Amino acid sequence: MSAPNPTAERDVILKTVGITKRFGAVVALRGIDMELHRGEVLGLVGDNGAGKSTFVKILTGYHPPDSGKIYLEGKEVAFNSVSDARRRGIETVYQDLALIPQLTVAQNLFLNRELTSLGKIGWLSNRKMRRLAREYLQGIKVNVPDIDAEAESLSGGQRQAIAVARATRQNAKILLLDEPLAAMGARESALIVDLVKDLAQNRGMSMIVIDHNYAHLFELCDRVNIIQQGRVAYDRSVNDTSLEDLTELMISEYRRQLLEGQSQLDK
Amino acid sequence: MSTFIRSAIQRREATVVAVTLGVVIYFGIASSAFFTTANIVTIAQYIASITIIGAGEVLILVLAEIDLSAGQVYLTSPWFMYLLWRAGLPLGWAIALSLFFCIIIGLINGVVTVWLNVPSLIVTLGMTYALFGLVLVESNAIQVNTPGATGLFGWAFGIGSWSTILWALGILIIGWIILKRTRFGLHITATGGNLIGAAEAGVPVRRIKVYCFMLISLAAGFIGILDAIRIQSMNPGNSGLDIVLPGIVAAVVGGTALTGGRGTIVGTAIGAIFLGVLEDGFNLIGVSANWFYLAEGVVILIAMVANTQLTSLAARLRR
Repeated sequence: MSAPNPTAERDVILKTVGITKRFGAVVALRGIDMELHRGEVLGLVGDNGAGKSTFVKILTGYHPPDSGKIYLEGKEVAFNSVSDARRRGIETVYQDLALIPQLTVAQNLFLNRELTSLGKIGWLSNRKMRRLAREYLQGIKVNVPDIDAEAESLSGGQRQAIAVARATRQNAKILLLDEPLAAMGARESALIVDLVKDLAQNRGMSMIVIDHNYAHLFELCDRVNIIQQGRVAYDRSVNDTSLEDLTELMISEYRRQLLEGQSQLDK
Repeated sequence: MSTFIRSAIQRREATVVAVTLGVVIYFGIASSAFFTTANIVTIAQYIASITIIGAGEVLILVLAEIDLSAGQVYLTSPWFMYLLWRAGLPLGWAIALSLFFCIIIGLINGVVTVWLNVPSLIVTLGMTYALFGLVLVESNAIQVNTPGATGLFGWAFGIGSWSTILWALGILIIGWIILKRTRFGLHITATGGNLIGAAEAGVPVRRIKVYCFMLISLAAGFIGILDAIRIQSMNPGNSGLDIVLPGIVAAVVGGTALTGGRGTIVGTAIGAIFLGVLEDGFNLIGVSANWFYLAEGVVILIAMVANTQLTSLAARLRR
């Protein structure tokens, strides 16, 4: 399989035009224009307060934007709630919070989408869920020691992999990942990087990765967007940029803000 | 270590089974009256209410909440029944309506806890005092005889020596099925294990909590009516805390975590047997009333220490 070429004209699955958001006197977003292609992994970076988490919360239906448009597969959409966004195929995986430690791998995979019989009684079809869970995990090459192991007994990487697997098991088209490699060792990280690449390349899953760590972004992403002061300030394929470039950009922005703050104080 | 011992230790109920077997053997040897049918019925009747309230507490404790009012609901529901019956309602209707009131009490506990964000410990303690006061006011603090202790009805609802026990067993099995085999039970564990994670997955965590408070009140109210009919009198001065605390102890000794996410109904039943055997055994071997509570407290503490030590051993073995 050839590596995806992010610069080629491929179909855009998600597009935002001029998204703005303000909280009282604070302007969080000043018009975000972003494009996500099918099967692409896009990295979002930005300092704290740059607006990336506000933007992500708009994409997941948590906040409505003040103005601007969101297009999903070419159609304009507005998300009323998180579950509304989820119904349309936008899933989020939060940092290590998602799994229930006391439930098994299979139970976590099917949480709130359990297969049951006997109508309202909700008798769990455990055998079927375990079989499907095993098949699905094998399909996306996630190895866990035991489908009946409690999530608590898994490593951080395995837990993250199960959380990603749960989000993608059903009708997800776009996956938002919040610092997916946080607090992970090299082997653990490799597990998640492989999973993300496999989902993107072999299953056409599109993903947005939010991370502070540029090294992680280079491992995971096809393209990187830097958000500064509520705008996309920089949009580059990872092949056309380097770790040094990104670091330099962020530092110069930091210096600029420092100077700006200083000059305002001088006034 | 052999696989059998290893897997036995890893079962959550293992310690309490061992400790209970220990006290059963001890009292069996120490007193010839222990293994008689009459004594076993006495123990079983004593533990029926502890088991049911304990099983209800398992659902609540798994949610990382607590319900202190279940004991007072147990004492109050027969008063509801008595007052309704005295007002002219047929006994069957009086029972049904008083159980409905119990469900409402659970609903109030749940709603105040979940939507008004008051810790359940305080909500249910408040409810305990309120119900205690309500009964004192209504009864003028005078003891009464329980109605309904005649015929087949009375036999089925508590007079028959095994009827309370059979009811309790039925409720226990239903509780076990709910927790282990149904979607609702899975969502209880999910809510108690990781509230935010469960809510993010779309589990209706608040509703689940309210339903559980309603369930424990219903179960406590029901077993309270059975016991009142069996004992044939109701004393408004009884404290519900004396009823609910052994239930909570049974749950915790049986392997249910106070921190939420983990609970075992079977362990609670065994924990209740442990408490029942202890109480009965001390009586049989003639421990003086003055020493009784001291001995009981020390034995519970020892059992609990053994429990936590074995649990961490089991965790080490799993690694």
